[in-house]
Amino acid sequence: MQLQLEGSQAVARAVALCRPDVVCAYPISPQTHIIEALGALVKSGALDAEFVNADSEFSALSVTIGASAVGARAYTATASQGLLFMMEAIYNAAGLGLPIVLTLANRAIGAPINIWNDHSDAMSVRDSGWVQLFAENNQEAIDLHLLAFALAEELSVPVMVNVDGFILTHAIERVDLPEPNQVDALVPPFLPRQSLDPDDPVSIGAMVGPEAFTEVRYLAQVRLRQALEVIPRLGAHHAEVLGRSAGHLVNGYHLEDAEVVVVAMGSVLGTIKDVVDELRRGGARVGVLSITCFRPFPVEAVREALGRAERLVVVEKAFSIGYGGILSTDIALALRGLSTPIHEVIAGLGGRPVWADSLRSVLLGALDGTLDDTTFLDLDHDLVNAELARMAATRRSGPPAENVLRDLADARRGS
Amino acid sequence: MTLERTPVRFYQVGSFAVGNRLVELERRSAQSDPARANSLTSGHRACAGCGEALGARYALDAAMRASDHQLVAVNATGCLEVFSTPYPETSWRLPWLHSLFGNAAAVATGVAAGLRATSRGHVRVIAQGGDGGTADIGLGPLSGMFERNDDVLYICYDNEAYMNTGVQRSGTTPGAARTATTEAVGEHPGNRFGQGKDLPRIAMAHEIPYVATATVADLYDLESKVERAMAVSGARYLHVLVPCPLGWGSVSSDTIRLARLAHQTGLFPVFEARYGEVTSVTPIRRPAPVEEYLKLQKRFAHLFTRDGDVADPATLALIQAQASRNITRYGLLGDGHD
Repeated sequence: MQLQLEGSQAVARAVALCRPDVVCAYPISPQTHIIEALGALVKSGALDAEFVNADSEFSALSVTIGASAVGARAYTATASQGLLFMMEAIYNAAGLGLPIVLTLANRAIGAPINIWNDHSDAMSVRDSGWVQLFAENNQEAIDLHLLAFALAEELSVPVMVNVDGFILTHAIERVDLPEPNQVDALVPPFLPRQSLDPDDPVSIGAMVGPEAFTEVRYLAQVRLRQALEVIPRLGAHHAEVLGRSAGHLVNGYHLEDAEVVVVAMGSVLGTIKDVVDELRRGGARVGVLSITCFRPFPVEAVREALGRAERLVVVEKAFSIGYGGILSTDIALALRGLSTPIHEVIAGLGGRPVWADSLRSVLLGALDGTLDDTTFLDLDHDLVNAELARMAATRRSGPPAENVLRDLADARRGS
Repeated sequence: MTLERTPVRFYQVGSFAVGNRLVELERRSAQSDPARANSLTSGHRACAGCGEALGARYALDAAMRASDHQLVAVNATGCLEVFSTPYPETSWRLPWLHSLFGNAAAVATGVAAGLRATSRGHVRVIAQGGDGGTADIGLGPLSGMFERNDDVLYICYDNEAYMNTGVQRSGTTPGAARTATTEAVGEHPGNRFGQGKDLPRIAMAHEIPYVATATVADLYDLESKVERAMAVSGARYLHVLVPCPLGWGSVSSDTIRLARLAHQTGLFPVFEARYGEVTSVTPIRRPAPVEEYLKLQKRFAHLFTRDGDVADPATLALIQAQASRNITRYGLLGDGHD
């Protein structure tokens, strides 16, 4: 059904079509519209599920842990600080092997507090044992949620669908919402691998000492990496039923002859593809690789897609403070043994727009070999240098974020 | 019959833990009666004289009877979790889930919601934890569970400190008690005096259907309170005082005696409340001065001389005042009792 929908509404309706048994909610921008919409669907009777208003994100994920452990299909959504507040339960859900689905409306992490989009929240849990999928647009956001429930329950692993906060969650776009019978074909009934049952009592969550911890962790690695085979298979099924598929590990765009390939995740790919189209019209051999499945990392697929590229530009909305790009590090490891130069471009932090003009400059620099190894896209060097000078001059230079904001206000007044 | 010798190791991985399930039927004790649920069965690794193991066994068996064995238990991290499930052994004979230290109440909410959503609403849910997991790190999720009136019975086994990590102070540690983080040194040795966290009263403030306290000195009372709690739905809270020989510095054989004295001194009032109002109290039949209770515990040794005389009358007066306040507040001496 073709509909004009806000991203959050689209995600909520896709989740509802997957018939969750328990939906647990705690508000945080920019995911709040999703759980509000699900709450309304449950309250109106359109969705037959238990809706629990939790007292924190930590409790919200804990409620889904309990529900999943008795074999109920469980869902929640969060962002940013909420994900961090869940952190202990995030690891616990993965460690227990519970197939919970969570929508992460990607948002920056404070301090300084910032409600806008980047990928720092997703990156903070990349090692937790969750599958992490990234939607490029709202149609993919819908389709990836269908895939997420089927994937989670087949492998008994939790799945996080990353949807860029505000950019996608609050964007109104035309989307095709699948019909209930299509979703039922794509999301089979939940047959839990483990379930708390009075007629067949088991203990779940026992202490494991050094004698077996490595083996249990190794199994988690094996189980998560099975997603690399299951996702394309589920994707093929999507293509049969829906006539389209978001079920790919990576997605290439003009890779066939590309000398320079841009690698990215999420909604920024739209702008990147526009710039690439424009440069190709001018004869530049540039292409794009979107990473849909970030964890488990699709090493083989990445290597196959990028093996022929002469130069790579990784555009990422997060970085490891004290080191550098996170996705670019993964790409570099995937290309072990090759000598392809990799440029990391840190862009869109805390909701800063990623302009086509800025991306064009980056790509032109990559094409003519003048791009730096590391670029903080559109960084205001004057602002940064002023604060560095203040810190060098005065011991008691004060809070840096507030200093930068004051300097910025002064500069704007001056101009 | 001579039993085959089974070597007992301190860390028993790979061995059969000893327990009276190895003894012939007619020599087994009451707790190994085949008719008992033995939800927390023998062979676990609690210390000798552990009040928590005793309280949990009676509470869960009573809940199993009341639910016709249709019961799921969620456990917070802590002694009860650690001593019962050293991989690959488990002492739990009911479906049991341990997630984290601070989320047992929320996980139990999820279990109840998941069971209801999958047409198994007749299966009942218990969450349990120690005082640290309940009063401190898990208070937020517990309060949320109460406030939503989720269909969960939460049982707190209160031994008044973080015993599993080596006896550190918790929000329910009494004033003057020595712990590893409230050392018996300085001008005011032991835990500083404050209000502490009175969990039963915090639970009552949520006006949930049922709140009760109990001790392991009166197991029939504990069982009947579990039964009454299981007879109603919604959020229910049971707070059980469980002496800890290790943390309290008491003799293992004094566990029951200490639990009884905690009640008889007035330091631990035993009562029931429904919807925020106290509905019954267990009267003190033989009142005891707080010294009688404190002297048996090394955590209060700094209040007395080596000969057992009072060394710190001012602090003792503070403790006695707390006991007297409880006696007045709950009417523990009542009518017709001495």
